[in-house]
Amino acid sequence: MYRYDEFDHKLVQERVTQFRSQVARRLAGELTEDQFKPLRLMNGVYLQLHAYMLRVAVPYGTLSGPQMHMLAHIARKYDKGYGHFTTRQNIQYNWPSLEDIPAILDDLATVEMHAIQTSGNCIRNVTSDQYAGAAADEIEDPRIWSEIIRQWSTFHPEFTFLPRKFKFAVTGMHTDRAAIRFHDIGIEVVKGTDGKPAFDVYVGGGQGRTPMIAHLIGKAVPAGDLIAYLEAIMRVYNMNGRRDNLYKARIKILVHSLGAEEMKRQVEEEFALVTEQGIPFLPAAEIERIRAYFQAPAYETLPDTSDALDAALAENRRFGDWVKTNVAPHKVTGYAIANISLKPVGGIAGDASADQMDLIADLTTKFSFDEIRVTHEQNLTLPFVRKDDLYPLWQALEAAGLGDPNLALITDHIVCPGLDYCALANARSIPISQKIAERFADLDRQHDIGELKIKISGCINACGHHHVGHIGILGVDKKGTEFYQVSLGGSADETSSLAEIVGPAFTEDEIVDAVETIVETYLDARENDERFIDTYRRIGKAPFKEKLYATH
Amino acid sequence: MAQHTNKRATTQAVTANRLTDGDVVYFTAAGDWSLWLKDSQVADGKEDCAKLLASAQPAVSAQLVIDPYLFEVTVNEGEIIPASVREKIRMAGPTIRLDLGKQAANA
Amino acid sequence: MPLIKNGSFADDEWVSVGDEDDLPSEGGVIVSLTRWLAERDTLLGRNTPLGVTLAAGEVPDAIVTDLDRLQLVAVQFPIYKDGRGYSSARLLRERHGYEGEIRATGEILYDQWFAMARCGIDAFEVAEGTTLAAFDAAMNELSLVYQRTGDGRPTVMELRHKSSD
Repeated sequence: MYRYDEFDHKLVQERVTQFRSQVARRLAGELTEDQFKPLRLMNGVYLQLHAYMLRVAVPYGTLSGPQMHMLAHIARKYDKGYGHFTTRQNIQYNWPSLEDIPAILDDLATVEMHAIQTSGNCIRNVTSDQYAGAAADEIEDPRIWSEIIRQWSTFHPEFTFLPRKFKFAVTGMHTDRAAIRFHDIGIEVVKGTDGKPAFDVYVGGGQGRTPMIAHLIGKAVPAGDLIAYLEAIMRVYNMNGRRDNLYKARIKILVHSLGAEEMKRQVEEEFALVTEQGIPFLPAAEIERIRAYFQAPAYETLPDTSDALDAALAENRRFGDWVKTNVAPHKVTGYAIANISLKPVGGIAGDASADQMDLIADLTTKFSFDEIRVTHEQNLTLPFVRKDDLYPLWQALEAAGLGDPNLALITDHIVCPGLDYCALANARSIPISQKIAERFADLDRQHDIGELKIKISGCINACGHHHVGHIGILGVDKKGTEFYQVSLGGSADETSSLAEIVGPAFTEDEIVDAVETIVETYLDARENDERFIDTYRRIGKAPFKEKLYATH
Repeated sequence: MAQHTNKRATTQAVTANRLTDGDVVYFTAAGDWSLWLKDSQVADGKEDCAKLLASAQPAVSAQLVIDPYLFEVTVNEGEIIPASVREKIRMAGPTIRLDLGKQAANA
Repeated sequence: MPLIKNGSFADDEWVSVGDEDDLPSEGGVIVSLTRWLAERDTLLGRNTPLGVTLAAGEVPDAIVTDLDRLQLVAVQFPIYKDGRGYSSARLLRERHGYEGEIRATGEILYDQWFAMARCGIDAFEVAEGTTLAAFDAAMNELSLVYQRTGDGRPTVMELRHKSSD
């Protein structure tokens, strides 16, 4: 993975000093809250319902063992013993004191981490595929380009006060685990005409109150042009994005109002002018320098089959279930990708205790070349595990409550913090997730239902990705009571689709039954091995709507 | 914060977050701030509520609290109860982690 | 409003003239882009320094051919969150090679001066009470940059490959 050099280190340390001075000015009364708010947000500090919240960047979701240990240490020393992994592959602490935040940032800097640009109307943390570097069919590790974009976007002087926040996602192959079509800019590495990596650039996707699927406007943009091309998009957006209405300020609205063709034309025009200026964005040697950090780890030569794995599969059924759902094929023979579910029944989606973080850090040092990935679906991934090691890895996870075999099943939800924590929420999300998980806790039943992605948001901002849930649930407030609106048929992958609202909202007491009705309707209609989303796309909304509202 | 203020409500109290640590605090009859809703000063009617909010304002420039606002409560046999789910959660803590927030101290 | 130019306090020798106001008979004047376009010939006939204000969102295109006659372009920031002026300034400096004064006016935070300077702004209207020490501090909080802009600072990428040569 990428390691800081003296320059990266110095800049992060200078940023900590700068933020420390901003906090001191605030506490001394030299800054009012109105003046301080944009400064703290630029460094990921929010004020939520109960306390401040600190969002720490995990660039493209990659963490080392020592970094994970540091996250555990911060949870223990400055917070309440846990952290929350988010859909943007970051981690949030829910209880830090403002006075402690500079010290937290000092600690983070020692392991090459920070909270830079984790909020504010700027380019946020770049997200990527959690299987980067491990998936077969990958054209190139997307983290090379994510890191290049991270550096280019860090303290970009022109694009720090955009009309609205701006999110990038990058994948190294067509299969999309990073929801690139639901980002302001989504980038897919493709093979260029010269056989070298190039980029398909999608613009104008997003969720929130106006969900949209991004448009492909840049086809096979050559590597050497990437930053100039992005700079052109950003400038068109910075100059033309709406600033009169917060809800119409994202680039998706600009793309929608101009039309994708006109957006493409404006970007190409600006790109031609940028290129004409001959600004040296990225020396070729710099691409090579960064690429070198993402070379394959020192794999062993192993047979494809593992006797140890086969023996364990024969012996332990729950482990067998885990391998079926949580383990994915690896591009290197004898290795596997292991996913750690942060969705145990009865738990809180995305939360991990400091002890769990320490354990995972130790396990990755032992079993996965010291790398961990955070997924946008709020789970963790160990990307380079020998098949021989899967069983001991799982046993250690299981003992710590992290061995649930439910990845992508009906109990694996994306869930925003909702009204339990968030100052913007209208309704709670976490308790709904917990009740659904309890109802479907039976593993045989979960495995029988198969892949089914439920995504839950506590307000229209859609942090819980309900627009792209196979089943999406949106909490709304009706005169002080929480209601839950159901939508169906969304998907965040390369087959991207937006979920459709199915009918009137349900009460907290009704929502779990409603989910069960949806599942039963699917099971009745399912043909062969169809997944829920396949059945939904085949039969449409009507049968579900009919069953859901038959008795209403 | 204004969107959470209920202008029509008759009985209200004033809450804010403390500057140093963000903790939820309530404005008291003594003119200071308490972590506990039971200590809060309650006002009835539009005019008295506005006065109550005004008397809480100096704490903003004194760097004590952030964004004080009025919220609706009911008073039942001396117990002050927030009307909204949001304020009930602020008063107690996350409903899914009873070991956290103010409810943890009451347990 | 005090003015910091090229790193020091400077006397403001310019007068901003509203669209409906009479032009003073002498001294440098700054007019809006609208007025500039409407009265360009008259203004060019004055033997005084000339400046134009670009409101947020106004691109320099309309004044490109006149840049050698303009000693000042003011870039307006109506509120600190409105970042369009950063693009306007970079276009002036980097695309159109403008060498006169680019002045930031409007609502500007302490923490924005540095980014503005990187975009080519060399004069800042600042709040009463601003000290040069504060300005210098703000301009020197971050010593390294990852992006090439017209300010000519070598980027981290360039420094890296220089030091490894």
